[in-house]
Amino acid sequence: MLKDITLGQYFPGDSVVHRLDPRTKLIWVILYIVALFQATGPVSYGVMVLATAGIVGLSHVPPKALVKGLKPVIIIIALTAVLNLFYTDGTPLVQVWKLTVTYEGVARSCFVVIRIVMLICGTFLLTYTTAPVALTDGLELLLGPLKKLKVPVHEMSMMMSMALRFIPTLIEETDKIMSAQKARGADFESGNLIQRAKALLPILVPLFVSAFRRADELAIAMESRCYHGGEGRTRMKQLQFAGLDYGALAAGVLLAAGMIALRVFGL
Amino acid sequence: MPILRIHGLTHQYSVGTPFQNTAIEGIDFSIEPGQFVGLIGHTGSGKSTLIQHLNGLLRPTAGTVYYEGEDIFASKAATRDVKFRVGLVFQYPEYQLFEETVYQDIAFGPKNQKLSAEAVDARVRDAARFVGVEENWFEKSPLDLSGGQKRRVAIAGVIAMRPGVLVLDEPTAGLDPEARESLFANIEAYRKETGSTVVLVTHSMDDIARIADRLIVMNAGHIVMDGTPEEVFSRAAELEAIGLTVPEPTKIAMELKRLGVPITDAIYTTGYLRKAILKLAEGGAAVC
Repeated sequence: MLKDITLGQYFPGDSVVHRLDPRTKLIWVILYIVALFQATGPVSYGVMVLATAGIVGLSHVPPKALVKGLKPVIIIIALTAVLNLFYTDGTPLVQVWKLTVTYEGVARSCFVVIRIVMLICGTFLLTYTTAPVALTDGLELLLGPLKKLKVPVHEMSMMMSMALRFIPTLIEETDKIMSAQKARGADFESGNLIQRAKALLPILVPLFVSAFRRADELAIAMESRCYHGGEGRTRMKQLQFAGLDYGALAAGVLLAAGMIALRVFGL
Repeated sequence: MPILRIHGLTHQYSVGTPFQNTAIEGIDFSIEPGQFVGLIGHTGSGKSTLIQHLNGLLRPTAGTVYYEGEDIFASKAATRDVKFRVGLVFQYPEYQLFEETVYQDIAFGPKNQKLSAEAVDARVRDAARFVGVEENWFEKSPLDLSGGQKRRVAIAGVIAMRPGVLVLDEPTAGLDPEARESLFANIEAYRKETGSTVVLVTHSMDDIARIADRLIVMNAGHIVMDGTPEEVFSRAAELEAIGLTVPEPTKIAMELKRLGVPITDAIYTTGYLRKAILKLAEGGAAVC
């Protein structure tokens, strides 16, 4: 069950999308979100769906994995869909008790669902196709100019890459502790809410203890290798823009511009 | 009737993702009550996956496990119940300690069995005695103990459930030789006194050769050898081919044999080696 957590998980691969520079992908996500929020009518949403499907196809990420990523937000999606269905004024379609469903409501809730799903798919594609380290490297470089304003960009990205790096480790650890406690008859699946919350104690205490121990060990390991922040630090893998990246960025700008144009025409 | 029967057990991890892999495949064997089984194999051979099926923690992809003839995956209740019958001690079990006091931590298992307070108390004291946990530690926080002491408390936490089969995964990993020695002695004494069946996963050939009466060798998710220590260690070359070593006394005997000394096969403890060499000396064989 814990294995279902997909946040920040990387699917190794060698597709076009995998090979893009992480900076390109980060900029792409921003362009993609800008484009997505320009969509107002069926044509523009259609374009976005096609574009997303195209990128998913290029990335070779199994669509199943994306669907899995949608699971945790399904309630939010359903809720927004239902609210939009009933709270949009327009031509009435069906009357259910005091609530009126309008044509506009149906259209709007469809669009909202598509928008949320696309948003999640887009961002998940980024983490699915980019190794965590590459991602934070890209972020650090993109935010580099902020260093001039004394923003600790390097430290922030180092913390982020450590956090990302330790997600799988902690999940594994949690799994192990859960198994060990289950082996002693701990029951996490039955009982009321309070009993279930109490049942988590045998997991949380050892997990915190080991997280602190790990943090301590990591700090010592870093210090003994003379880590002293980002000053003068070089990289093993220099990020370099290639032709592919310029192409992808051009496509991203085109998509965003196209969507803005579609919006102007009200499609 | 065997206390545990494993039938056609196969387990695949992450089915349907790029990470899919088969950890164990078509495992078949039975364990008789009271046996002391050593499970050996190098890292990644599927030992840990296998033992997590014995108490129903992992669900097999195919095949099943019978405890005293009952399929442990037949119902939810059976899968839960078997956890108390097959006690599993994980690697580095000290990381599972969570209670405020040592006593409470050992009592966690028996309490989950819904025993009366007196029964829980009796089991805690029994279990503590078996693994050498002193009663004056009972009110301490488990986090204040040393590594070896923590390990003992964690093992006591499993023994306190009075399982019919005790499965230990590398119980002595990371302990110093003295602590290792005494922990093995504790486990043997526990087994003698309770008649419990023990399955021990280990890398330490010297220790397992001395105390187990049956060895199961795993490689790449399959069982490759299953027999007495004598039988298994007489196939030293095969063991080495799959990345395992043989006990030191076996190495010495093999080397002697290579030098032309007519020493018997299957020597795997210092005691045997000593006897064999003395016998050679008595027989007056021309050794040197």
